[in-house]
Amino acid sequence: MTAPQRRRRTSRQPDPPDAGEAARKEGETQNPERLFVIGGDADGERAALDLVTLIVARADPPASATPEQAALLRLCAAPLSVAELSAYLRLPFSVVTALLTDLLAAGLVQARAPIVRQTVADRNLLEAVMHGLQKL
Amino acid sequence: MDCKSSDTLPGPRTEDRLPHTAEAAVKIVIVGGFGVGKTTMVGSVSEIRPLTTEETMTQAGIGVDDDYGSASKTATTVAMDFGRISITDELVLYLFGTPGQERFWFLWNGLFEGALGAVVLVDTRRLEVSFDVMGRLEERGVPFVVAVNSFPDAPRHPVADLRAALDLPEEIPIVDCDVRRRASSRDVLLTLTRFLHSLAAKGALA
Repeated sequence: MTAPQRRRRTSRQPDPPDAGEAARKEGETQNPERLFVIGGDADGERAALDLVTLIVARADPPASATPEQAALLRLCAAPLSVAELSAYLRLPFSVVTALLTDLLAAGLVQARAPIVRQTVADRNLLEAVMHGLQKL
Repeated sequence: MDCKSSDTLPGPRTEDRLPHTAEAAVKIVIVGGFGVGKTTMVGSVSEIRPLTTEETMTQAGIGVDDDYGSASKTATTVAMDFGRISITDELVLYLFGTPGQERFWFLWNGLFEGALGAVVLVDTRRLEVSFDVMGRLEERGVPFVVAVNSFPDAPRHPVADLRAALDLPEEIPIVDCDVRRRASSRDVLLTLTRFLHSLAAKGALA
């Protein structure tokens, strides 16, 4: 088979110099790590929210709510992920997390934390996902 | 583009609302080079019409040519398509896939780190477009399976040859699929979930 040949990389180890050079062909930026999310670090405290953290409103929008806050609270009358809120509000993820940080502090929304991959994997969770997919 | 009446806020259709019992969500990321079918796969298994979220990233100006003269930072908007599958009344699975700009997703904090795993879609006509993304998953210890999207005019290779070309260890599943078909895309996700389960059984999840 005349296919290009890939070389496997290992977990959390820097590339050897030669492999690094090869990986950066095709005009890629040399140091993409210099990119960062706007406001992610410097802009004060943010609640730890994942794209798939489920948000549920705990109250109707108060009179003092900004239009964005009111729209967000109405959207999550039923549980909705931060990603879906970002999509429907047409706001970047980091802007939505900033809005949610204020709403969480005010007790107007509840955040249901996502299940993230951990060192000790949850086989029951994976079995639930398998059964759910089989029903599709 | 959008055709909504001015007095209606955008939001989920009634049938797209999650039940109040939805307690937790997990995510799987679909990666691969440009044009291999990631967005098609998200759309074929999602219970909602795929949505798009975005993030704005900045790039420090050191050594970067930009068009803004003295500007020290340039902003890049990274978009991601995603879909949703309700697993139970309590558990929801989100699938993320994106039209391109792969190198930026890895800077989206938490996208891969919190994901259960990833599907790497490959097109046998252009295997090499998936190389970099596989390497990045390996570096981060994100478990993945490889799904070969069967385009009609794509060459078909024995799995052993593909495994050698992709330099993948024996335990990583390589499966054929047609991402336009819901059942086929679902089977790829099942393959990934079974693989993750086998890793969990071995206690090998990083």
